[in-house]
Formats: sequence, C-alpha cells, structure tokens
Amino acid sequence: MEEVRIYIMGKEYKVPAGLTIMKAMEYAGYRYIRGAGCRAGFCGACATIYRKEGDYKLYADLACQKTVEEGMHLVQLPFSPANKAIYDIEKIKVDDKTILSFYPEIARCVSCNTCTKACPQELEVMDYIQASLRGDIKKAAELGFDCIQCGLCAIRCPAEIVHYHVAQLARRLYGKYIAPKSKHLEKRVREIEEGRYNKAIKELMNKSLEELRKMYNERDIEPGD
Amino acid sequence: MYPKEMQKSIEKVEKSREERLHKLPERLKEKEKEELLLKWHPDYKPEAKRKIRVGVSKNAIVPNEVADLIEAYPLENPAEIDLSNIDYQTDILIIGGGGAGCTAALFAYYNGVKPENILIATKLRNGDANTMMAQGGIQAADKENDSPLIHYLDVIGGGHFANKTELVERLVMDAPIIIKWHEELGVMYDKKDDGEMITVHGGGTSRRRMHSAKDYTGMEIMRVLRDEIRNIGVNIIEFSPAIELLIDDEGKAAGAILYNLETDQYYVVKAKATIIATGGFGRLHIQGFPTTNHYGATCDGVVLAYRMGAILRDMDSVQYHPTGVAYPEQIVGLLVTEKVRSLGAQPLNSEGEQFVHPLEPRDVEASAFIKECYGKNKGVITPTGMRGIWLDSPIIDILHGEGTIERRLGAMFRMFKRFDIDMREEPILVFPTLHYQNGGIEINSNAEVLSPKGVIKGLFAAGEVTGGVHGKNRLMGNSLLDTQVFGRIAGINSAKYVKNCKIGKLSVEHVKKYVEELKKEGIEEKRRAPMILPDYREKRVLSRAIDIL
Ligand SMILES: Cc1cc2nc3c(=O)[nH]c(=O)nc-3n(C[C@H](O)[C@H](O)[C@H](O)COP(=O)(O)OP(=O)(O)OC[C@H]3O[C@@H](n4cnc5c(N)ncnc54)[C@H](O)[C@@H]3O)c2cc1C
Ligand code: SF4
Ligand code: SF4
Ligand code: FES
Repeated sequence: MEEVRIYIMGKEYKVPAGLTIMKAMEYAGYRYIRGAGCRAGFCGACATIYRKEGDYKLYADLACQKTVEEGMHLVQLPFSPANKAIYDIEKIKVDDKTILSFYPEIARCVSCNTCTKACPQELEVMDYIQASLRGDIKKAAELGFDCIQCGLCAIRCPAEIVHYHVAQLARRLYGKYIAPKSKHLEKRVREIEEGRYNKAIKELMNKSLEELRKMYNERDIEPGD
Repeated sequence: MYPKEMQKSIEKVEKSREERLHKLPERLKEKEKEELLLKWHPDYKPEAKRKIRVGVSKNAIVPNEVADLIEAYPLENPAEIDLSNIDYQTDILIIGGGGAGCTAALFAYYNGVKPENILIATKLRNGDANTMMAQGGIQAADKENDSPLIHYLDVIGGGHFANKTELVERLVMDAPIIIKWHEELGVMYDKKDDGEMITVHGGGTSRRRMHSAKDYTGMEIMRVLRDEIRNIGVNIIEFSPAIELLIDDEGKAAGAILYNLETDQYYVVKAKATIIATGGFGRLHIQGFPTTNHYGATCDGVVLAYRMGAILRDMDSVQYHPTGVAYPEQIVGLLVTEKVRSLGAQPLNSEGEQFVHPLEPRDVEASAFIKECYGKNKGVITPTGMRGIWLDSPIIDILHGEGTIERRLGAMFRMFKRFDIDMREEPILVFPTLHYQNGGIEINSNAEVLSPKGVIKGLFAAGEVTGGVHGKNRLMGNSLLDTQVFGRIAGINSAKYVKNCKIGKLSVEHVKKYVEELKKEGIEEKRRAPMILPDYREKRVLSRAIDIL
C-alpha cells in the first residue's frame, strides 16, 4: 500500500495514498464531531487550511473533497465567526446602494484577489464583491450562486469582508425583487386557493386500487427535453 | 483520468453514441418492472430484514440495522435522569435543523409564536443536513399542462399504491403554495426571461414538473431558510442532539433531553410542543451500501418517537439511488443527481449498449443496473473491484448545447473535475447507493404523530423521518417538497396547539416502560441507541485505543 506522510494539527501520521483529508484523519483515529456535515462538498462544514513542506503558502480546501498529499500540514477550521446583517426581506428598498448599506465593509476591498484564490468552489469571489460594490445585484447573485458558505474566503480577506453573507443577500434580493415572477405559478396558486381541485382530488382518493392502477399505467407522459 | 482498462470500454461508449443519440429503450411494462424488482432490488432480500420484537409496531418488518437500534437500550438510564433542573423552557422545541425543521420554525413564527419561544436543536450545524445536499429539484404541478391531480397519480403509482392518501393530497395541493412562498423569500429558481419556471422530468414523472436551482436546489432553499431563521432570531443550539423525548404526567409530549456533543453535558428542555424533524437513516449503511446521506443521518428521530409509542410504517422499504458514484474511490457512494439523466445522459453497460430507459422510477432503474452488473456480467469493473454502469454525460452538451453541463450541473461537474474527470468529454461511472428512508413515523395530515390510541398530544413530525407520503418508493423532487409542505403544517399546527397547553410534571415513564419490555423479550443490554454519529475510525486504531484503556 502506497502511503503518504501528513501532519494533523502538528502530529505526524502515515496514511494510505488516495484518501480524502477527511477519510485520512479518520484513518488516523480522529473522530469528527464538528467539521463534517455532508461529506460530499455541499455544506461547507469541513474547511481546511494546509501548507506543504518547504512551501510558505497557505492553501485552503474542503476536507471531504481534497485528496491528501505527501507532507501536508493540516488544520481544520470548522467555524469562522462572522457578522451577518439582519434584515426584513419584505421591507428592503432595492437600489444600487442596498448591499453596501448592509455590508459597508465591502468598500474596503483592496482587490488583492486572496478570496478568489481561497475558494474551494473556484468562484470569482472578488468579482462578486466588486459587483456588489457597484450595485450590480444580478451579477453578484450569479457569480456567488455556487457558494457553499465554507468561510475560507472570509478567513483570508485582509479587509475582513464576509463574502458569503454578501452573496446570500445578493441572491435573495435578486430572487425576490429582480427575477421576473412566474405567472403560471401565481395562476395555479389562485386556482388551488379557490378550491378548483378539491372535489376532483377527493374523487381520486376514493378510487379503488384497480381503477388507480389502470389510470396510472395508462397516463400519458409528456415527452422529455 | 480513467485507468487503461476502463478507457477501452469508454471507446465503445463513444462508438455507439451517434446511433443512440435520439433513441431510447422502451419503458418497461408493469409486469416486467415487478419481475425486475423481485429478483434484483436489494429491498426484496428477506435475509436483510427482520420483525421488531418490541413496541407498538411489534412484528413490523424493518432492515436489520434499524431493528438493532429499536431493540436497544437508552443511552442514559431513565432512572438516573434528573428532570428537576430545567435548562431551557420553550413553547416549541424543534429537533433537527434541516428543511423540515427550519420551515416549521418559520411557520410557527408566522402564526404568532415569538422567536424567543422557539428552539431548534440540531446534531450538526444548523443546515448541515440532507436538505443541503439535494441537487436535482423539487416537484410542484404549477404548469398549464399539469395539475395536482396528475401529480397525485405519479406519487402513488411511484409509491406502489402503498401511500397514505391524505398525506399525498396535502403534498400535491400545497406544492405550488410552497414554491410561491420560496419565490417571495428570494429563492433563485431556474427561470426563463419571462419568469416561466424551467422544469424537467424526474424518474416516474408524467409531466416536466421538477423545479431547480441549478444542481444546488436543496442548498439554495436551505441557505435561504437558514438566513431567514437568523433574521427572525429563532434560538438555535447546534451540536446538541436529542437523546430522549420527555412526557408530562398526562402523557403529552413535553420536550426532550439534549446532549452537548462537545462538553458531554445533558440539557433538559421543557416544551409545550415538540416537532421531530431529524431526517433519515442513510448513515446506517443498510446492507453495507455506501450512502449519499449526511454524517448525522442515523435514524434518531424514529428511535426516540418509537419509545414514546409512535407507529412506524413502510420502514421495510429503503431507497437505493440508482446513480451513486462508483469511480473514483474517494467519492464512492456520493450522489450523481437524477437531473443528469433528466438532461439526457444515458445508462450504458461495459459494451456501450443501452439496456434500460433512463427515467424509470428509482427502484426499477437501480434494479436494472444491478442486474446488468451482476446478472449479466456487463458492468464496468474498477481497479478496486467495484462494478458500475456508465452514464454517458457528454450527450448532455450535444443535445442542449455546449456549456449546459457547466451551467446546469455545476456541482456535478466540479465534483468529478476535482478528481480529474471531465464529464463533458468522458462518461461517468455509477452504481446504486443508499439514499432515502422511504418509511418512518406515521403522521396524519396535521403532521401530528399517531399512536395506536390516536394522536400523541403535542408531538409533531415532518420530513424524511415520517412515513406514508411516499409509500414504498419516493420519486425525485417529492422529498424536498415533503419537508416544506409538512414542515409548514407542523409549524402552523404546533403554533395553534401551544396557545392552550399547560405542561405538567416532566417524566420519562415511557422510556422506563420500554426498557421493561426490552428486558421481558430477553434482549440483552449490549446495544444503545440513538447512534448519533457513525464511527469511521479504523478498527486497527480503535483496538489499540482499547488496549491502552
Ligand atoms: C445527496 C442527496 C440528494 C438529494 N436530492 C434530492 C432532490 O433532488 N430532490 C428531493 O426532493 N429530495 C432529494 N433528497 C432527499 C431530501 O434532500 C431529504 O429527504 C430531505 O432534505 C430531508 O429533509 P429533513 O428536513 O427531513 O432532514 P434533514 O435535512 O436531513 O435534516 C435533519 C436534521 O436533523 C438533525 N438531527 C438528526 N438527528 C438529530 C437528533 N438526534 N437531535 C437533533 N437533531 C438531529 C440533523 O443535524 C439535521 O439538522 C436528496 C438527499 C440526498 C442525501
Ligand atoms: S465564496 Fe467563500 S464561502 Fe463561498 S465557497 Fe468560496 S470560499 Fe467558501
Ligand atoms: S480578499 Fe478581501 S480585499 Fe482581497 S479581493 Fe477579496 S474581498 Fe477584496
Ligand atoms: S463535509 Fe460538507 S463540504 Fe465537506
């Protein structure tokens, strides 16, 4: 079995090559309490900082997605304390200063791009902060859409911006105020509230198993994409 | 990059692509489906299950792993629990902070309960839950050619007609209301320029009614719910799972005992209403399968509610998602969303041949894959000896235009790219993986938990922890919906309930009785439950640790 040498919070371990950081730490005997959620790259709970031997740089990644490498020095950061703006989404006035008014610190961005380099999702983090600063909510929402809120960018930012909360606000503003409303949805909700389907659904519920089976097997299927 | 052996098979896939592009196998007839399921679905293996020996659903058949937890003793001896020291007093205690739990909290608040009188207790971080991982989408019949009635038919047909009809009724009737609510909260659904929802098929749907937010649907919903919970100021305690429910002297639900995972302390929570929203059991690795589920999905809610007399239903049926990752090894078992097939990727055997329609209901699709690999020996074999089926993903960009995979399947694309596989150019390898707890605690359409004597007062449940909505097989997009619909109902009804409720003296009488029953059945005191977190440490490491002790 090919092995690699890693350091977990300063202690040396030999683990099989090819494991993710998460599995390597478990192999070494660590049990996760914090720092693991989805184990699949979706929740951002497993933010990890590491350095490689002979390299001064700090790297960042997700423990559940990154494979261990020889000489990695690992530290887990399962939680980054962060300031979140509190708002009533119903009462926000949307203009190009809205995001700035909730997160004035975005004006401190020095365009160093450290956030972008830290992002395990490879998002253009600096660009969405810049878009937020310009008041381009749509752009910020789109660029920040795949953010898993791991906090790695925020930990590294010299301006101490909480990028993921900024992106969250941008998305909600876009989703609520800017994206066009769905007319067919509105219509269907109205029909349901008016009780249009109430009688028919009760009839369906009272059908015999035989009848239902038949209806199901004979139902027409809309062609796919 | 795939190893050489696998590349040879990829060449065959590429060779047959042109011819397959617009041609799909016919859908199976009812009889054919039944035969396939009986012979090849893991759920139909009798040796994998047994009858439970205690409790109100005694003799119900459940997977062995679940029976092991149900026939287990409490973590803490009930006789030694001191309930006189109350750490938290609240109107509503919500156990679990995934989609169902957060939605319940929000609707309790909308219905007049103050945020400081709502407490969410979660095992992991708020939101680190299956809801966050849902990729494919959420169903709702809101388009012109669709209706709640057609949705109803799909749900019960998919569930093999075993569903509880009053729950299905609520599921399909409330679905558009939920999507509208999401829209108002600012959830970014995929839409066309005029606001029309972009919807696709899922396995077993007769209309294109799957709404999505790229392939991060659950994450997008969960993030917004969590953001809203924080805006409103609902109390949350994280890393503090419930390990026992409490009752009062009238037998009403009255809160729970929480366990602080980091300090080993117990907290007594006294609550007028308790909502169980603990999600599913994927991390029990039923029959040794890998799983798509989050770390804390260990069946806790079922175990606790059962001790209190809740009926269990359809727990014999487990969902294996047909497309879990089979290669590379590091991510085996993780989900490849059904949306990959919805968008046109075709399942193929090692010869590059089609053998099943891509959009059969999940259990049928999974059985077809298992048969192809183990019955016909036409699976692709990986370096670690796993067998798998190709999903010909490059077809997606061919059918829908370049950039579709990156735009609409960003999470999938990213996951494979991290391991040097480019799904735009190469197919991906999949095999069924443990995905969903089809059954669970029985509720009525008010989200009240049922015992053989009727409603258990003050106890509500919503989401994957409950059974009945999906019958014996859940369709994609109906469980996100389930968490939202029944989370909402649980929130509304618990808010009503707490208005006129007084809690008496706290007790764990029900646990004492349960323990007596375990003893009477001669069950030894070896196992403890709930499990809370599975242990993935090496046996080698653990045995050494024990040596030292
Ligand atoms: C990878 C994946 C993809 C999926 N894709 C889709 C999809 O595309 N469409 C769809 O409709 N469905 C999908 N599903 C299913 C769906 O996501 C889940 O069924 C649903 O989100 C469950 O929500 P829930 O709120 O019931 O539970 P969860 O979201 O799992 O939340 C459970 C909560 O309970 C907590 N908890 C557990 N035990 C305890 C305890 N003892 N005490 C306190 N808290 C506890 C957890 O920490 C968590 O906060 C998918 C599931 C997975 C795993
Ligand atoms: S933007 Fe920041 S919080 Fe979001 S995924 Fe990237 S590093 Fe993590
Ligand atoms: S790290 Fe901070 S300061 Fe640097 S570019 Fe990103 S947001 Fe701006
Ligand atoms: S554990 Fe969720 S992203 Fe790694």
